[in-house]
Amino acid sequence: MTAPEPHVNELADYERVIRPKKGLVAVDFDELWRYRELFWFLAWRDILVRYKQAALGVAWAVLKPFLTMVVFTIVFGKLAGFSEKKGMNFETYAVLTLAGLLPWQFFANAMGESSNSLVGSSNMISKIYFPRLIIPASAVISGAVDFAIGLVILFGVMLWAGVSWQLHLLLLPVFFLVAFAAAFAIGLWLSALNVKYRDVKYIVPFIVQMGLYASPVAFPSSLVREKFGDTVFFLFSLNPMVGVIDGFRWCVLGGAFEPYWPGFGVSIGVIAALLVSGALYFRRAEKTFADVI
Amino acid sequence: MSKPIISVRSISKQYRLGMAKSQDTLRDQLSHWAKSLGKPHEAANESFWALRDVSFDVQPGEVIGIIGRNGAGKSTLLKVLSQITEPTEGEIYLRGRLASLLEVGTGFHQELTGRENIFLNGVILGMTKAEVRAKFDEIVEFAEVGKFLDTPVKRYSSGMYVRLAFAVAAHLEPEILVVDEVLAVGDAAFQNKCLGKMQDVAKNCGRTVLFVSHNMAAVQALCGRIIHMAGGKLIGDGSPETQINAYLGEIKKPRTDTAVPLGKIIECRQLEFNPNPVVSGQPLEFTLELGTKQRTQLIAVAILIYSAFGQRVAILDLRTTAGQFPIEPGQPFRCTGRIKNFPLVEGDYRVGLYMQCSEYDGDYHDLASLTVSAATKEGELAPYAAHFRGLVELDCELKF
Repeated sequence: MTAPEPHVNELADYERVIRPKKGLVAVDFDELWRYRELFWFLAWRDILVRYKQAALGVAWAVLKPFLTMVVFTIVFGKLAGFSEKKGMNFETYAVLTLAGLLPWQFFANAMGESSNSLVGSSNMISKIYFPRLIIPASAVISGAVDFAIGLVILFGVMLWAGVSWQLHLLLLPVFFLVAFAAAFAIGLWLSALNVKYRDVKYIVPFIVQMGLYASPVAFPSSLVREKFGDTVFFLFSLNPMVGVIDGFRWCVLGGAFEPYWPGFGVSIGVIAALLVSGALYFRRAEKTFADVI
Repeated sequence: MSKPIISVRSISKQYRLGMAKSQDTLRDQLSHWAKSLGKPHEAANESFWALRDVSFDVQPGEVIGIIGRNGAGKSTLLKVLSQITEPTEGEIYLRGRLASLLEVGTGFHQELTGRENIFLNGVILGMTKAEVRAKFDEIVEFAEVGKFLDTPVKRYSSGMYVRLAFAVAAHLEPEILVVDEVLAVGDAAFQNKCLGKMQDVAKNCGRTVLFVSHNMAAVQALCGRIIHMAGGKLIGDGSPETQINAYLGEIKKPRTDTAVPLGKIIECRQLEFNPNPVVSGQPLEFTLELGTKQRTQLIAVAILIYSAFGQRVAILDLRTTAGQFPIEPGQPFRCTGRIKNFPLVEGDYRVGLYMQCSEYDGDYHDLASLTVSAATKEGELAPYAAHFRGLVELDCELKF
């Protein structure tokens, strides 16, 4: 362009410039803040639609964790005898399982919802501009209602089991944030990859199935450390849900279930790395979403 | 002259061909990589420019029509302006809030009620919740759906659905409004209402509007200036009369490109009329050939005939009771037909296609043009002028 010099200065007042972005693109937090209403509205839509379409509605959110807990407690607690290994009674084992199931089901659900979220919104993406990060984020947060309902069940089971209420419980929101961060980090990767490679939809159910056994849902993670030693435990902690679930259990059951903090640190580190790399990958990939989707 | 509200500087947009048949699964991508190992980078050959070096300025309050044939780059320009897709080169400076309306009802959810969709769609289009609430009654009144506010929109008639969707969009209050062919929906009465609303927005509210349309009458009525595009380039910029005439001249010439893309997969290889010009009332034959980049099903095809000013006159419905047409790269869709007495009044007509395949559907405009010449009838009075006679020539016997 051979624009005269004064004109160039005049352009400094312009509100917005659209130009090709090269290389790594940072996350624009100002813009995300401006679009916060859209984020809540999309989450609200997902929640509304989910409960409107299902005949049993909210009952699903109650039945799913509760029935899974019953089955796990019978199969792993009684049949496999996990509960006796740690000298727990049957009731405490039920609480332990449910405290693991809640974050796990939130994570699994978020992974499924968010990986499909961009492809499911292809119409919006090709017709309107908004920060694309909102889509997987709102898909993850829409699972929070199920999670909240699950917490109520958890408190009920705790009353029934007669476990003592810990002050640690106040830390639950912190660990929920960690669970959200883990789910969102994976969601960023999977949703962006799914736009380009539709195999993701085959991979997700597989990860969910494997992950249930590779995470300490039906057993306390201390069993792994006692049986296989520290090296294996660090490898085990590379699974971000290990840290999340251990943290949850600690809040609910207290001192005896204090996480092995170095392992917990590994999990948190993995979550942070996935989150940052996921955001950068997403920002890079989003330039072509509208063209490819 | 005040500072331009939009300044488009040398914008180009390159698409990689084969993006549509993209390496859909990881396996395809891996085999693609394996094949390209050791070969020179061939991406440059497989690309085309949807926009090439487009520059223009828009002053605040201007209402600009963008016209051009299918594939001229109009929609890509709007997508780049609304930040849906990124330009490959060049810069755009915007000095105001821009809202784009590329489709009516983006983000509507079938399961939600009218009321819920008004809020959802308003926020998606860039309004705040407070703004939607303030305009809620106006929107409901404009859409004429008052009684059905709490009914899920899946039970709406298509007319109601479109009215509600447009009503939300019409109450956007950005400084710059970008609109793509959305007036082509709804019934005639509602279309007029929408045109009125657009006029109101532009003239009385002093807003800047960029408006893509194939309806020359609407463009002429609304716009003070017209940008004429062809082949991704800006080829004309000026008063409506000159640009519309230039465009109508352009579409009379046969297209030089061999295949016109109809969306991502299908392309129109041939759409011809014989004879062309045809004499009014005489037989007319047509040939249509559609190719494809990947295997799919053609669910419906119709040839659309428009008047020079963009009013739809007739369609030729090519569906059959035999069902869908399978189509794949080596096996194009071909259809020929014959109309016994072509009944249109002399003049120039524009021809497009409606095409629905398994992946998507859409209207595609100005793929061909058709000239009808006057029939010479002996022993009758000289006919009235063509514009006086309307569009259709009726054959009738008189008794007195």
